Amino acid sequence: MTEYSFHPHIVKKLNVKEKQMKKMLAMILGLTILLSVSFAQEKQDKPEPVKLTLSTTTSTYETGLLDYMLPVFEKENNCKVHCLSLGTGKAIQVAKDGNADIILVHARADEDKFVAEGWGVNRKDVMYNDFIIMGPQADPAKIKGVKSATEALKMIADAKQPFVSRGDDSGTHKKEKAFWKKLGITPVSAKDSWYMEAGQGMAATLKIADEKSGYVLVDRATYNFQKGKTRLIMLMEGDDDLLNPYGIIAVNPEKFPHVKYDLAMKMIEFFTSDRGQQMIADYKKDGAQLYFPNFKNPRVCK
Amino acid sequence: MDYIFEGISEAFRLIFSSDVEFWNIVWLSVKLSFISTLLASFLGVPAAFILVLKKFRGRDLLITISNSLMSIPTVVVGLMVYAILSRRGPLGEFGLLFTQTAVIIGQTILILPVVVSLTVTTIKSLDKSVRETATSLGASPLQQFMVFFSEARFGVAACVITAFSRVFAEVGVSMMLGGNIRNYTRTITTAIALETSKGEFGLSIALGFVLLAVAFAINFIFLKFTHLYRTVD
Repeated sequence: MTEYSFHPHIVKKLNVKEKQMKKMLAMILGLTILLSVSFAQEKQDKPEPVKLTLSTTTSTYETGLLDYMLPVFEKENNCKVHCLSLGTGKAIQVAKDGNADIILVHARADEDKFVAEGWGVNRKDVMYNDFIIMGPQADPAKIKGVKSATEALKMIADAKQPFVSRGDDSGTHKKEKAFWKKLGITPVSAKDSWYMEAGQGMAATLKIADEKSGYVLVDRATYNFQKGKTRLIMLMEGDDDLLNPYGIIAVNPEKFPHVKYDLAMKMIEFFTSDRGQQMIADYKKDGAQLYFPNFKNPRVCK
Repeated sequence: MDYIFEGISEAFRLIFSSDVEFWNIVWLSVKLSFISTLLASFLGVPAAFILVLKKFRGRDLLITISNSLMSIPTVVVGLMVYAILSRRGPLGEFGLLFTQTAVIIGQTILILPVVVSLTVTTIKSLDKSVRETATSLGASPLQQFMVFFSEARFGVAACVITAFSRVFAEVGVSMMLGGNIRNYTRTITTAIALETSKGEFGLSIALGFVLLAVAFAINFIFLKFTHLYRTVD
């Protein structure tokens, strides 16, 4: 630093600060090396199994079904499945953008459209679960005992009792909209004082309905592990209209040559095989079966 | 209230646990945030010095743009980078979407304006005499930079810490570009989002406390090493 013709005071300051700066730089350098080593190690450790990207709905992921089934598939095919758990609308969009190899979703009309437009091929029915309607114990809209879900929703709308919708374009939301369409009602969040769109996942939506003492359309899997945590009770179940079938579709390799079509087909085979279907039937949470095999003689909504 | 107590006890349990998946999530959060902060600093700090020390047309406009970009929503950065990295986007052939690299790219873009803007303010607030002394003594541009950097380094370090905090706590970019893939791109914040959506509020709060604890540890180490608040004279 002596060649600088600065005032001695500045030079002194610079010298002291240089030491600290060196320390700081050494620390940054050290951490950088540490990070790159850890990166390099990760690369070496694994002989890179093939990566398959599955775009799926939040429900299948959050109930733990995929964590239970996929390791078996991964082991047998020496691959690593990357699960994207998104709302059905987003899950389909991600696949349309070419960023997934296979999708597992529950929105029949959208699935058919996905195939018809050429984005996906080889759609298969995999399983179903069903929806129920939950509401406050007092049941001010008096829907308990009603057999038809459509009728029950009409009664809620007529009584102007709070109803909390997912409002996130998920399979559940699409299901609910189909009922309103059937009824010829188009409820608008907040404008219709009784109708609210949460824009969130199932459990979060259920929590909102609980706070508002409102009605809510819930999938049975979520109901099973939330029932102890909410004041709401199940008020209606069992209508065929409340069935929630899941389909699995491979992304079309003609649209996106990079997709791992063969591996995707193997996964479809896995889910629809006798063994895969049995695994689905065997999957239980707190003693309750969450999904029902639906490949052979598939049940569909009326 | 239950959630908060549940969260606190769960946070303690996690921190003293040897749950490999949990610690991988913590490590990934630190790793990604650290790399993107490093990248943003290497790009942003020199850029800020140029913006202050060089006179050119449109300089104030650039600074204003950078200031405004500090308030860009994380999801918007995520969406824009998604559009670029997506298979149907201009860089689709590299298959970068839903990888750790994608998250780093997005996070770096997110905090670059933070580093630039805050560093610009820091340098500007330096005593004018620093520059006058340096130039009057005939310092070359590089020497000027050295003097400025040396004078401003406490402030610059604070800017870098701020940028790190922003990126360490963000969820939009990590979720959109990483995809919250288990054991691969799941960070503390995307795990919080997942657990919240599952209705596991207690666990979410616990992870929030863990995030704060880790942030505290990192800041503590950083300050210890750099003696940031110790005066020189």
